[in-house]
Amino acid sequence: MKTQGKAFKYPDNVDTDVIIPACYLNTTDPQELAKHCMEDIDPDYVNRVAPGDVMVAGWNFGCGSSREHAPLVIKTCGTGCVIAKSFARIFYRNAINIGLPILECEAAADEIASGDRVSIDFDTGVIMDVTTGKTYQAEPFPPFIQNIIAKGGLLASLKE
Amino acid sequence: MGMTMTQKILASHAGLPSVSAGQLIQAKLDLVLGNDITTPVAINEFRKAGFDTVFDRSRIAIVLDHFVPNKDIKAAEQSKQCRDFACAHCVSHFYDVGKMGIEHALLPEQGVVTAGDCIIGADSHTCTYGALGAFSTGVGSTDMAAGMATGMAWFKVPAAIRFHLTGSLPANVSGKDVILTIIGKIGVDGALYRSMEFTGPGVASLSMDDRFCICNMAIEAGAKNGIFPVDSKTMAYMEGRCERAPVVFTADPDAEYERTIEIDLSKIVPTVACPHLPENTRPTSQLGGVRIDQVVIGSCTNGRMEDMETAYHILKGRTVAPGVRCIIIPATMQIYRACVQRGYVTAFIDAGAVVSTPTCGPCLGGYMGILAAGERCVATTNRNFVGRMGHVDSEVYLASPATAAASALTGYITDPKEAAK
Repeated sequence: MKTQGKAFKYPDNVDTDVIIPACYLNTTDPQELAKHCMEDIDPDYVNRVAPGDVMVAGWNFGCGSSREHAPLVIKTCGTGCVIAKSFARIFYRNAINIGLPILECEAAADEIASGDRVSIDFDTGVIMDVTTGKTYQAEPFPPFIQNIIAKGGLLASLKE
Repeated sequence: MGMTMTQKILASHAGLPSVSAGQLIQAKLDLVLGNDITTPVAINEFRKAGFDTVFDRSRIAIVLDHFVPNKDIKAAEQSKQCRDFACAHCVSHFYDVGKMGIEHALLPEQGVVTAGDCIIGADSHTCTYGALGAFSTGVGSTDMAAGMATGMAWFKVPAAIRFHLTGSLPANVSGKDVILTIIGKIGVDGALYRSMEFTGPGVASLSMDDRFCICNMAIEAGAKNGIFPVDSKTMAYMEGRCERAPVVFTADPDAEYERTIEIDLSKIVPTVACPHLPENTRPTSQLGGVRIDQVVIGSCTNGRMEDMETAYHILKGRTVAPGVRCIIIPATMQIYRACVQRGYVTAFIDAGAVVSTPTCGPCLGGYMGILAAGERCVATTNRNFVGRMGHVDSEVYLASPATAAASALTGYITDPKEAAK
């Protein structure tokens, strides 16, 4: 599995309240929710994002609430991957469970600039900044988690 | 190698003689929890995956608390979806308006959670039940759906940080000041993926409400869970209350901790977390002059009986400062009723505050106290992220009930000892 797109940079501690403010959580419709993705930190994100684009962030991405709506809106907007220095644990779990690709890579998160073209190979964990030509190695998912993703998410894997 | 308390509970629920940090396990669940925001997503996933029965109707808790009494039509539809699901599957622990409370105050109060349990909840503050000596952690809706269907969840066994508590808290200082101090020290990801294990002779001096408050905010340091040992106070709290017999786990003497942090409770001072992260802590005494527009006393962090008592003793016979809206939200119907019966509600109203029935409401910017641009609130809640309680240009300062009540009287952030004068 691969993705390619332009990078959107975000700081440390991007929390789930800015990813999808709680006042919109009175619906479960992904399309409706996705209109407000990143609204409190980057209101223009939903207008600028194209399928395959990549969020690049600092430490502790997705901290705060357990709302699965957060990875869901990021995925529904067409975002191809989130690269961060680290992820908050519930967000990490939720992203896997709903099939949003995420990678931890400190060097990539530091060096990729906003607007750079980025290409990612999820099988190998190789991240390439096409604009600068630099490559980075992220840890691919362990087999346990690869299995969940390969089966199409946690519930699909349970049906086995 | 010995195991921590958390590791022992996980090993027991995985049917393994021992586990170690980093190990992936499948564990049996004693309870699966959801609320009116996360349960609808879980129900959709549950159905999409083709499940038609829950693993055990007595092991599922659905609590309507975030947007109830329903704040709008969409919230009403979500509540209805939860209600219909609970009815269709005969879910034993379904709490609707009139019986509900904020989930993490309600479930311990009602004896639905107990020592030794392994619990997941589709709410990040599920870590609260560690105060009873349980392993409990927040997850998303898909995990909740899988848990409802199978009674199992996968976990990566966490490494641990030990907080060795000594001494006892001074006057006007509570569990909230302890946990804010800790988060200020280690940061919002200082315990990422780890368990926060509270130990030491200082534990005995902490009330159960203080312990619930401390474990509640373990997630604000990124932790998987927070956990207290079971002592005579825990046993007294659970006596005649819990529906399952408590199982007491204790950490091995040679359990491995990544680090140990010493906390002298007698040195803790009233503490406030400034915008926009819970780690931006300062002693309350250094924040004099910060004007406020609103005070919120409530939430799963600080809406318990002791919190109401603290607010009552500070507010009774006095008046909320002009220009300040003071909103008090007892966390459960039982606490609400006690506040009525003891005359707290009358005292709060006489002081110029409003008292709401239980709801998460303003804590997450839902309703019942949303902030306009430029407004500032002192809240006993748990998060002060950008836009958390309303407009992106509003500000939330996290504090204890004593600091919040004292600040309501003066109109600026105030050390509770000032209010005692």
